[in-house]
Order: sequence, then C-alpha cells, then structure tokens
Amino acid sequence: MASEYTTTEYIQHHLTNAVMCTTENGIAFNKACKDAGFWSWHIDTLLWSIGLGVLFLWLFTSAAKKATVGVPTKWQAFIEIVIEFVNTNVKDTFHGKNALIAPLALTIFVWVFLMNLMDLVPVDFLPTIAGFIGSTAFGMDPHDVYMKAVPTTDLNLTFALAIGVFFLIIYYSIKIKGITGFMKELTLQPFNHWAFIPVNFILESVTLIARPVSLALRLFGNLYASELIFILIATLGLWQLPLHFPWAVFHILVLPLQAFIFMMLTIVYLSLAHEDH
Amino acid sequence: MNINATLIGQAIAFAVFVWFCMKFVWPPLLGAIEERQKKIADGLEASDRAEQDLADAQAQAAEQLKEAKAQAADIIEQAKKRANVLVDEETQRGHSEREKIIAQGYAEIEAERNRAKEDLRKQVSALAIAGAEKILAREIDKDAQADIVAKLVDEL
Repeated sequence: MASEYTTTEYIQHHLTNAVMCTTENGIAFNKACKDAGFWSWHIDTLLWSIGLGVLFLWLFTSAAKKATVGVPTKWQAFIEIVIEFVNTNVKDTFHGKNALIAPLALTIFVWVFLMNLMDLVPVDFLPTIAGFIGSTAFGMDPHDVYMKAVPTTDLNLTFALAIGVFFLIIYYSIKIKGITGFMKELTLQPFNHWAFIPVNFILESVTLIARPVSLALRLFGNLYASELIFILIATLGLWQLPLHFPWAVFHILVLPLQAFIFMMLTIVYLSLAHEDH
Repeated sequence: MNINATLIGQAIAFAVFVWFCMKFVWPPLLGAIEERQKKIADGLEASDRAEQDLADAQAQAAEQLKEAKAQAADIIEQAKKRANVLVDEETQRGHSEREKIIAQGYAEIEAERNRAKEDLRKQVSALAIAGAEKILAREIDKDAQADIVAKLVDEL
C-alpha cells in the first residue's frame, strides 16, 4: 500500500475499473470518461475476462486436439475429470436432448472459476504493475491508473452472463412450448383461472426476471465482498499476514463453489425451460 | 459499479466462448471419453465371455474324460469276458483232446495186449505141444494123436 494514499482512497482506487471511452477529443480514459454515460468500457474487466476465457478455451482445445481413446496423458485425464464432472451434473439435472447445455455449463463453470481465481492474486500485485507501466510508458500518474483484476466483481460481467442465460431460457421456453404455451405458463400459473391472469402474470414475470438478477447479483455480491475484505485486510499493515492466509484458504472453497452454483442454476433454469407442463 | 457498454462486450465474448466450446472443445473430449468407456465395457465383456468359454471347455473336458474312462472300463470288461470264454473253450477242447488221447492209448494198449496174449497163447500151445511131443514121443505116434493136440490148441 503506497504511503501517499489515505485508506479510503486506497480502497476506492482498488475498487475502480479502468474505463475507456470515446469523447470528441478521441479516445479517453478513466476520469475523463466521467460523463461518457453508457458508452464507456471497463477495459480491465474486458481484458482479464476475455484473456481468461481464451486461456480456458486454449487449455481445453489443446487437450481436445490430442484427445486419444487409448491411455490418456495426465493433462487429458485432468481435463476429462472436469468434463465428466460437468457432464454428470448436466445429465443428473437436465433430461432433454440439447447439444448446447453441457458445453454452456462447462464454459460457465471453468470461465467463472478462472475469473474468481483472480481473487487469490494479492490485491496490490496487478494494480501496482499496471501503475508502474502506466507511469513509465505513458507518463501517467499511477493514482490515475486503475486495474480491477477480478472480472466477476464487475456487475457488467455477471449481468452479461446472466442475461445470456436469460435469453436462452426465453428462447428454449418458446421453442419447446411454443409462444402460446409459454404465455400460458406465464398467465395460468399458479392459479388456473382466467380472472387471475393479471395476478399470475405479475407473479410469474417476477419469478422469471428474478432468475437472471439473482444469478448475476449472487456471483457479483460474493466476489465483490470477498475482494473488499481482501483489500481491507491489506490495509492492516503487518496484521494482514496472519489474516490474509485464512481468508485465502477459505476462498479455495468459495471460488469453485460460486462457479459451481452459477453452472448448476443455469442447468436447472434451462431444464425448467424445457419442461412442458 | 455502473452498468455500461462493457455489458455488451462481455455478452458477445460469452456467446463466442460458448459457441467455440460447443464446436471445438466439448464434442472431441466427450467423444473420446465415451469411446473409451465403450472400449472398456467391450473389454470387460470379452473377458467375461472368455472366462465363460474356459469354464465350458473345462466342463466339456471333464465330461469327455469321464466318458473315456467309462469306455475303457467297458472295453476291459468285455476283454475279460472274452478271455474267460476263450479259456473255457480251450479247457473244454483240452479235456476232450485228453480224453481222446487217453482213449486212443487204451485202445492201443488193448490191441497190444491182445496181440501179446495171442503170441503168448501160440507160444504156450507150441510149448505145450513141444512138451507133449517130447512126452508122447516116447509113448505114442505123433501123427496118431494129432487130432487130440489140435483139439487142445483150440481149447486154449
């Protein structure tokens, strides 16, 4: 922790994304983007998430290319354990036939897990490196260089995932049940009477909308909170040493668990979308 | 913490990742796993079948051995019977042969004895005549008593 920060500034600095936007003067960054509104980009979130996504695909494709039916290499065996794990969960929960569900679940599980794993990188490493690069290469004030390395602590990312899942829910609901079937499900449940149609519609819509919102907020909330605690621990000077360790160990459980929950709920929601009542 | 265009970028990235995973990651890996499972299942089944075959073959061999033993015992039994029959026949034949030889011997002996008897009788009669001749030579004419001597010889 740099001495010239106050604690509040330090925490705020760690919790601010690097922003990029286009203004009338061309591309601008961070504080210059304060008024850019919707059309600004969190480049650190994008960079890390896409980087980790590409890493995930690269790791798995490298195994897939060399995949052999005979005796697998250790790497292939490890990848197959992950595949089997996801496949078992999908098969236990989802009983229809759909070639998308399992790869979707795998992508969510591994990608979210890798992004969560960034939480275990000590909180000052990446911002300091980014600040150093920013100040030496671009002559910026290191205080103005932001780097929030855990993409799942960005609502944009968790909502992007949840909205993607939400669109799939809608798509498969309509595809399997038809427009009328889907509308019936929204309006004739839980009270199967025409007089209750508006009430039913409100209830069912809330249920439907609550799914992606809860997906996004759960992941975001868990990771944001844990990241915040890591940052708070980092402000304690020497005391951070005994505290940081148990908190990090605790996250060996939390990080895969959150990825798993996101995957499982996605499968469950899509399984519900496939069920014809 | 504000929602902005990052959302769109992330959604696109998410879609691309899922698509890529669905096209190039999931099918070959799961295919390899399933194929291996099938191979292992086949192998296990084959080993089961081989085990069954072995048990069958062993049972068959035992059966055949038993059969062969029974056959051998049969053959030996038959041979024994045959041998007994042969021995009986031979004994029978030997007996009759012996009987025949003995009978022949008896007959020969009888013939020999008869001949000897005849010889003896002739010699005794000759001897008697010679004796009588010597006695009678002194007393009577040999020719006058010839009919008596012939009578004597006949009576012997």
